[in-house]
Amino acid sequence: MSDLRELYQQVIMDHNKRPRNFREIEHANHLAHGNNPLCGDKLVVYVKLNGEVIEDVSFKGSGCAISMASASLMTEAVKGKTIEEAQAIYEQVHKSMTGEETDRNLLGKLEVLSGVKEFPARVKCATLSWHTVHAAIDSDHDISISTE
Amino acid sequence: MSNLNINAIRADFPILHQEINGFPLVYLDNAATSQKPRQVIEAVSHYYLHDNANIHRGVHKLSQRATDLYEASRGKVREFLNANSDKEIIFTRGATEAINLVAQSYVRPKLQANDEILISHLEHHANIVPWQILCEQTGAKLKVIPMTQSGELDLTHFDEMLTDRTKILAIGQVSNALGTINPVKSMTEKAHAKNIPVLIDGAQAVPHMTVDVQDLDCDFYVFSGHKMFAPTGIGALYGREDLLNAMPPYQGGGDMILSVSFEKTIYNELPAKFEAGTPNISGVIGLGAAIDYMWQIGIENIAAQEHHLLEIATRKIEALPGVNIIGTAAEKAAVISFMIEGVHPHDVGTIFDQQGVAIRTGHHCAQPVMEFYDIPATARASFAFYNSEEEVDALIQAIQKTQELFA
Repeated sequence: MSDLRELYQQVIMDHNKRPRNFREIEHANHLAHGNNPLCGDKLVVYVKLNGEVIEDVSFKGSGCAISMASASLMTEAVKGKTIEEAQAIYEQVHKSMTGEETDRNLLGKLEVLSGVKEFPARVKCATLSWHTVHAAIDSDHDISISTE
Repeated sequence: MSNLNINAIRADFPILHQEINGFPLVYLDNAATSQKPRQVIEAVSHYYLHDNANIHRGVHKLSQRATDLYEASRGKVREFLNANSDKEIIFTRGATEAINLVAQSYVRPKLQANDEILISHLEHHANIVPWQILCEQTGAKLKVIPMTQSGELDLTHFDEMLTDRTKILAIGQVSNALGTINPVKSMTEKAHAKNIPVLIDGAQAVPHMTVDVQDLDCDFYVFSGHKMFAPTGIGALYGREDLLNAMPPYQGGGDMILSVSFEKTIYNELPAKFEAGTPNISGVIGLGAAIDYMWQIGIENIAAQEHHLLEIATRKIEALPGVNIIGTAAEKAAVISFMIEGVHPHDVGTIFDQQGVAIRTGHHCAQPVMEFYDIPATARASFAFYNSEEEVDALIQAIQKTQELFA
């Protein structure tokens, strides 16, 4: 059970119960739907870009604790960052989930997500919102992505 | 209670005796696939060690032995389903391929735009998608028998749904997502009264109950071996001989022909007409061994033990606060879909796995059922006769530990 406690630690449980930036952005200029058909996680990520800067980011949807907490943490981490900075953060998150060396300064409290590396079947849950925000920024129109 | 000696039975299943994450394995994902007894594994292994050759071809001894074993299994499947003749048993990759075969070879040639195919809301994707493909190909329409909150078919308007445009009724005998046992015999009777042929998807039925296709009076019956203790990649189609005879082949190739020239090919007789190419010989032999094993245990004993497990597990889960069973039909196979309040089923699956308890979480290839209940997924525990009462207790403990973690 020790790995499990590591995965479902306080930060994850807290963000799952009280997700941050869980709302629509009325004047979002970028939006994407993310879908994990394997377990039925579904979310929408809203982004308001101001030039290269992510002025506001939010999400709505439903899913497992890992996907919800990851989405909540994602919005906190990339809000106010440039597209390039957000990309660099995601690369660190992805490395932490696959057990690679990471830059702890850049990762910050996102390190809690590294717990999924012991649970390969759950990595998709943790990466869904990150793929979705990436798709939203990259596309000018409403886009749907799937982790399968 | 059943008459089975569970410890003796469990000794037949080597895979059950292992630890997962430091806990004894509790395998409750039997509706996804069952485990295989030593007798089945040894039959497959014996074939490859001693008898392997291609069938229906060589004059040499090995080919004769392989052919005899293969055809003996067909005889067992015939007896298992109480079909009339070995010619009515076609080996397929599984229930899915058998449904596709019937859709393309039997239904498609007689289908016109605006004809109707009748299925139900409870179906597995395997009994939905082949018909949707057929509708796209022909302009026919898919009609769906609705379901009730308890997870049973709502047959209030069933009679009106059987129209002169209905070209087939395709219905699951047991719901894989909820365990509901459907009244397929009376439904078949009503369809036949209007001359509508009936296919029954028995993938979730054959592991748990005696099936008699003559008593059911269905036209087609399909099942997969891997859910009834046989290897993966093998299953069977039962079809009434006169219907199979009139149908064109599904696939062309070796073994399904009598003679081939570039001008004209004459197809083989039943059942070879529908078994193009070298088949899954070891799978067929494994399926025969699985049927022998089920007969040895006794299908009534299997049903009794599973019903016992279903009753105690249902009672114990119902006694837990914050846990809801999805699918409460009066007639059920040993499948319990459930939700733990405040915990997503996918988290449930991971937490259970950490305690050695293997269940399925997800939509169970029955997304319309999930949509009916407006849920993304359920956790599903499904029992086989080799499961014990102690394993029901392990399930209950896993639920309680999950609730503690998410408290």
